Amino acid sequence: MADTLKFELVSPERLLLSEQVEMVLVPGTEGVFGVLPLHMALLSTLKPGFVEVYQAGAVRERFFVTGGFAEVTPSSCTVLVDDAVPQAQLTQAYAAERLSKAKALIERATTEEELKKARVAMAAAEFLTQSGALH
Amino acid sequence: MPSLKEFRVRIASVQSTKKITSAMKMVAASKLRRAQEAAEAARPYAERMERMLGNLAGAAQGRADALPLLAGTGKDDVHLIVVMTANRGLAGGFNSNIIRSARGLVRELLERGKTVKILAVGRKGRDAMRRDYRDLIVGEMIEFGKKTAVFSEAQDVATKVVDMFNAGAFDVATMVYARFKSAITQVVTRQQLIPFPVPQATGGSADAVVYNYEPSDQEILAELLPRNLAIQIFRAQLENGASFFGAQMAAMDSATRNAGEMINKLTLNYNRQRQAMITKELIEIISGAEAI
Repeated sequence: MADTLKFELVSPERLLLSEQVEMVLVPGTEGVFGVLPLHMALLSTLKPGFVEVYQAGAVRERFFVTGGFAEVTPSSCTVLVDDAVPQAQLTQAYAAERLSKAKALIERATTEEELKKARVAMAAAEFLTQSGALH
Repeated sequence: MPSLKEFRVRIASVQSTKKITSAMKMVAASKLRRAQEAAEAARPYAERMERMLGNLAGAAQGRADALPLLAGTGKDDVHLIVVMTANRGLAGGFNSNIIRSARGLVRELLERGKTVKILAVGRKGRDAMRRDYRDLIVGEMIEFGKKTAVFSEAQDVATKVVDMFNAGAFDVATMVYARFKSAITQVVTRQQLIPFPVPQATGGSADAVVYNYEPSDQEILAELLPRNLAIQIFRAQLENGASFFGAQMAAMDSATRNAGEMINKLTLNYNRQRQAMITKELIEIISGAEAI
């Protein structure tokens, strides 16, 4: 039996990660789900959260993502994200900056569409602030 | 024949031109490398997105409730043309090739009795389209791509296009840009954006996978399609960036070579002139001495 699956994390600018892993946790819109080898084929949208890569029974890499798509096949898991921030960069200051940027967006929004976008950014920033993953 | 001094001035000026063009060539070459890397780095995302979308779209295509972004409005009366050019010139035929193709497309569509709207992305394209089709321009984005390509900028363009489409401003959108083939070849490409051209199923085994959708396939598609648009625009922007520097490098290379030739020619003439003057002076002295 295959005991690893191919995991790829891709942002529009580049391929962030591509390797064989044991398990991945993905923040789907309908709930966080874990992907092990031989998972059924699945397409899902993402909500703000953490993508966690497990290697040898422990979290090896962790990324904060704001949204995107995940494609799961029995042998692979591909996550397309808008923006992924590695754990190392997640500081209190970073979260605060994100929050203030989102606030500014909401204040500046003039159309319905902009407001909606700003609210999404706000929700992501709030999630990050409250996640307790900051250092 | 110009005087010796005039020759000297001209040689000096051509020399400084040559210095500038050869410096620009170097700069373009190094920027080209970076732009090319960026274009290549962005490829995985676009490829995977295409695969997902092809998968979804193939299934959703025949349905009556298919999204307009996928199926179109059912008409093709109003066309939107997105003209992607650079903000700067001095890149040989780069901008004018794109503009020529865009202009051809506009003419073609007008002849077929369609309504045409133009969205100009990039200053050079806007200026040129303004000259011929001033009243057809519905929007322009000239702040675009000032520095290196950023995804959020592409997203802005995509949002604008999608908003216009949802407001019923057009039926079909086509983008004109230069695809990067190699440092010396750029291919001007017309790419249809809306409705999304569904890739023909290749019939490979990978396509046979039946996916589960979370939430529903329609909801995913509704998010994926505008996103794909942004990706396509982003990709075009990167390709354009690389093409621009490629074209600029080639143009500056030939300009440098021309300047070199020109300097040689001028120097030859300058020396000939100088020799002629020396000879003339000698004749004057000798004939003066003989006359005494």
